[in-house]
Amino acid sequence: MRTKLDVRLGYALLGASLGLIGLAGTAANAAEQITFVSQGGAYQQAQTVAILDPSAKKLGITINQDSIPDAWPAIKTQVGSGKPIWDVVDTPTGYCLRGGEQGLIEKLDFSKIPNAAAMPEAYRSPYSISYEFYSSVLAYSQKTFPKDAPNSWADFWDVKKFPGRRALRNHPIATLEAALMADGVAPDKLYPLDVDRAFKKLEEIKPHITVWWTSGAQSAQLLNDGEVDMEMAWNGRVSAVAKEGAKVSFTYNQGILQSTSLCILKGAPNLETAVRFLNEAVDPVHQANLPLNIDYGPGNPKAFETGVIKPERAAQLPSEPANAAKQALMSYAWWSSPAGEAAEKRWASFMQK
Amino acid sequence: MTTSVPDPSQKHQRREHGLMLALVSPALLVILLLIVLPVGWLAWQSVYHDGFTLENYRRILAEDVYWRSFALTFEISLSVTVLTLLLGYPVAYLANAVPRAWSIVILALVVLPFWTSVLVRAYAWLALLQRTGVINQLLRYLEVISEPLALVHNTFGTVVATVHILLPFMVLPLYATMQKIPNDLMQAGASLGANPALTFLRVFLPLSLPGVLAGSTMVFVLCLGFYITPELLGGGRTVMVSMLVSRNVELYNQFGAASAVAVVLLVSVLLIFFVVSRFISLDRVLGQK
Repeated sequence: MRTKLDVRLGYALLGASLGLIGLAGTAANAAEQITFVSQGGAYQQAQTVAILDPSAKKLGITINQDSIPDAWPAIKTQVGSGKPIWDVVDTPTGYCLRGGEQGLIEKLDFSKIPNAAAMPEAYRSPYSISYEFYSSVLAYSQKTFPKDAPNSWADFWDVKKFPGRRALRNHPIATLEAALMADGVAPDKLYPLDVDRAFKKLEEIKPHITVWWTSGAQSAQLLNDGEVDMEMAWNGRVSAVAKEGAKVSFTYNQGILQSTSLCILKGAPNLETAVRFLNEAVDPVHQANLPLNIDYGPGNPKAFETGVIKPERAAQLPSEPANAAKQALMSYAWWSSPAGEAAEKRWASFMQK
Repeated sequence: MTTSVPDPSQKHQRREHGLMLALVSPALLVILLLIVLPVGWLAWQSVYHDGFTLENYRRILAEDVYWRSFALTFEISLSVTVLTLLLGYPVAYLANAVPRAWSIVILALVVLPFWTSVLVRAYAWLALLQRTGVINQLLRYLEVISEPLALVHNTFGTVVATVHILLPFMVLPLYATMQKIPNDLMQAGASLGANPALTFLRVFLPLSLPGVLAGSTMVFVLCLGFYITPELLGGGRTVMVSMLVSRNVELYNQFGAASAVAVVLLVSVLLIFFVVSRFISLDRVLGQK
């Protein structure tokens, strides 16, 4: 008797809860939502605090988050299947452009994205809006170079004046730019890259490169353990190592200013909401909050005019106007052009010779 | 009696076969869904992209990047195989010769590293081999060297760590084979006047050769597909085939370019197994029999 009652009660509860879940489901469907994808880790956490949560609140939408270290293969597969799950992706700008050319990324209507329309033209493309900036900088050990540290790529190439072990990224992007600057090309005169000249200059330094690193974590480890005395590395990685107490530093001089951008997958399930989110995500105030949480610069330069970023903090950021002026702004348009793709393919044979 | 009466034992056997098939079918289904179909899809992509194309294979034949990588990969696999054999044979021999309790200890020590991830072991080798690593620090402290040796970020470091990771795959088949060599044969050799060295060379060694072949095949084939170790310890110069696969996904705008490299690697592995199967039964390589 007792058990029978329990069973009946159980069914009743089950039915009620199913009903509730159903109600909750329709309620969630009624509210607008998007799926946003970034690269995870501390970086995505910082965005959640600075940009994603405030945007969701302001727009009254739900932002579902996903993360993946390399979104490109997933973008290809999702759009290729005809029914993408993601709406907005934060990925290196080159992928947005390449995706745009291949019909994988939506073309943006900037009349609906006033915040982006107000940004300088170099900071956006028909398919993408700069979201945050980082820089490939010359980093060095302060133990090896307590004073007179290397300060330009020409110094990096000068193995007599600056003896020591060196590392570069095992990738042509930013490395070819550094080689050309070492050869005397001005940071604002780099594009279109003289690829032959860059590889010729790289041949010069190649015997002196101890490690060609492949991941940001590896570049940090090399510097932290004193495995190399100077290297090209991403500014956020170097400052993280320095914060841990290692005697390392870097210069923004001749850094290569790179960005990730926001773009929308072709055929995104929530296209209209995604466009609204894009506008909100590059809002100067949200953008200004990002560098308070992580060592990356805002994608929208107007963020520096909001007063949210204190001057001493701004001075540390790669996209702060004075810092940006010392650097070369990467042309993703060139890298996704046929010449850029050819240069990328040439890298492997350069590495193996 | 011309009518054929069904043999009851045959019927029983058929029923048993049916039962066996039913029992393995979940496993077969998993293999079909998770291995055969994806690999087939991979192979299909390598020849089909908006129409049938051999472009991906033409590229592998034409560009010396691929030749160099395949050559380097085979070179590394060969050195790793020879080194694991030289290191593993005495270990297996010892495990076989000592009393059972000791052989369990030895085999446990061989298998123990299996419980640590490949990634962790690669970093451990980095800590040992790098410029400021344990070995260089020690040698400099003892004043054996004045400048740190380049032990890692090159092919040398890659080979050292790979040997460490693959050693169990050599020792275990060797041990299994040696276990089956009857002790009487050694005694017979001795009674015929041969000294221990000669009995080993003429009796034990030839009988252990199937184990050598099995272990070598296993190590060689596994090494062909190594990715993390050369990536972390190769310094960027050691570009093995698996790294080309990942590079091609990024470099070309379709998976076919990467699939083709993977297919060529897979075919070379199958070829190796085919050649080996002419000499010993594949069961010996793939499982302990």
